[in-house]
Amino acid sequence: MDVLVCIKRVPLSGGKFTITEDGLDIESAKLGFTISPHEEVAVEEAVRIAEKEGGSVTVLTLGPPDAEEQIREQMAIGADRGILIETDGQEWDPQGTASAIADAINADETDFDLIIMGNESADASGYQVGIRVAHKLGRPVVTGVKGITIADGKATFERPVKTGREMYEVPLPAVVTVLDGLNIPRYPSVPGRIRAKKKPIERLNPERPEPKLEKTHLEVPVMKSRQAQVLGNGPEAAPAVVEIFKQIGVI
Amino acid sequence: MVLVLVDHENGEIDEASLQTLTYGRELAAAAGEPLEALVVGDVGVAGSLGAYGVATVHVAVHDALTGYAPVAAARAAADVASRTGSSLVLAAGSPRGNEVMAHLGALTDLPVAADCIKVTPGSPTQVVRARWGGSLIEEANLHGAPALATLVPHTVAAEAGGSGTGEVAEFTPELSDADLFVVARQGEAAHESSGVSLADAKVVVSGGRGVGSAEGFAPLEELAELLGGTIGCSRVVTGNGWRPHTEQVGQTGTKIAPDLYIACGISGATQHIAGCRNSKTMIVINTDPEAAIMGYADYAIIGDVSKVLPAIIDETKKAKVG
Repeated sequence: MDVLVCIKRVPLSGGKFTITEDGLDIESAKLGFTISPHEEVAVEEAVRIAEKEGGSVTVLTLGPPDAEEQIREQMAIGADRGILIETDGQEWDPQGTASAIADAINADETDFDLIIMGNESADASGYQVGIRVAHKLGRPVVTGVKGITIADGKATFERPVKTGREMYEVPLPAVVTVLDGLNIPRYPSVPGRIRAKKKPIERLNPERPEPKLEKTHLEVPVMKSRQAQVLGNGPEAAPAVVEIFKQIGVI
Repeated sequence: MVLVLVDHENGEIDEASLQTLTYGRELAAAAGEPLEALVVGDVGVAGSLGAYGVATVHVAVHDALTGYAPVAAARAAADVASRTGSSLVLAAGSPRGNEVMAHLGALTDLPVAADCIKVTPGSPTQVVRARWGGSLIEEANLHGAPALATLVPHTVAAEAGGSGTGEVAEFTPELSDADLFVVARQGEAAHESSGVSLADAKVVVSGGRGVGSAEGFAPLEELAELLGGTIGCSRVVTGNGWRPHTEQVGQTGTKIAPDLYIACGISGATQHIAGCRNSKTMIVINTDPEAAIMGYADYAIIGDVSKVLPAIIDETKKAKVG
């Protein structure tokens, strides 16, 4: 089984975002970077599949040259190689992103049996790149998955819904988008980190197409202004809390 | 014409789809265009849509359409949109709505704006949409006709109205085997702990890193039971294996809007806030008065969860007896 996992470098926000002066990006100069929890479980699942079935795990991302950091982190978890579709830091829209990913997959010498993505990216949350890539490759796709079983050239995917769960069975090769909670990702080991430094990353440089979903402005939504009223310190605050319970009618 | 994709399950129309119809009706009226709807597979639910101002309800019927089939639904939507010359196609920003719309975007090679809170038709169509699970708002131009967009649930309340007659027009979409590869097979209900579900609970007592361990959740469970609520937690907690992921509140967990949210030892990362920002009242217990979550809470107790909670539990028991 050769598995490809797509990830996306996003800023690691503490409590609140600040927007850049041009109103188009998150002020990230002082922020670290990470990937979505959906993608962390995607990589973990790919590594588990390769450990069980044999084969390889490739991590692909479309992002700035610095996104190498996110690829190396996933190599420390167990991915074997990386593909970095380099951008100049400008955002690509979902269609442009999906086209570049599909082109990279078609050009790659490995025929991936399974392509795993997060259900939606942490930042843009467009819910569509996995589906668009599947259509371009002519493969079946299941989204929002929280359980994967591989047997006899077929994949069974489990998707939670309000009333329980839906089961999907599709032939491989296939595309699947997954949700946080699929597994508990491991932490990278020290030897894993050392090995990651030497693993190969292929870099591609396609041209950014004009976005058809064109971001024009970003802002932090105006919230009901809240600053917590401090009821007290430690256990002495308990009677005041119970007064609140009574006020809002929960007891 | 404004076309709304209407989702249904077991003969019931999805509430978020009715909200989307309500929103679509306003846009259609403003543009002087009719509102139409697409229902896939169940002619039975179509009759009720006239009350929402739908002029024509297109119903896709096909022998192979026995359950939810996202690609087939998108194929049917592409068929109706092209035959009727739709200017705008809307669906609910639900897992299914976003999925079918993404397939429609892929089949037609048109851009899709997911999770919108505002759509202004035009050339280009302008949208306002949620990013980072609602922690940021994006304005964007959508360059494509028809414009394809999904609407965040609860952007508007579902309201009957309008002058549509809800004429039902059945048709059989042309489907290939590949369109039907993925048809939902309903499985048995997943393991859910008995009692109130996290999504519907009126009271949620939620724990983060500050709870310290799996055992540390015992007083949270006791308080939740006293208040008729349930347990939630942050991502750190599920990552440590202290609680199952089904209890995770956040951008990649469950998004909730309880009457009361009690956040115990939770710092307030945007990932978490995205899941609980709509709580009506939020009480925070935290040792750090500077924690980010203080900016989202109504009331705070500065202190250690393991010391504060037992006192709250005692006082609550006294109040309930009294």
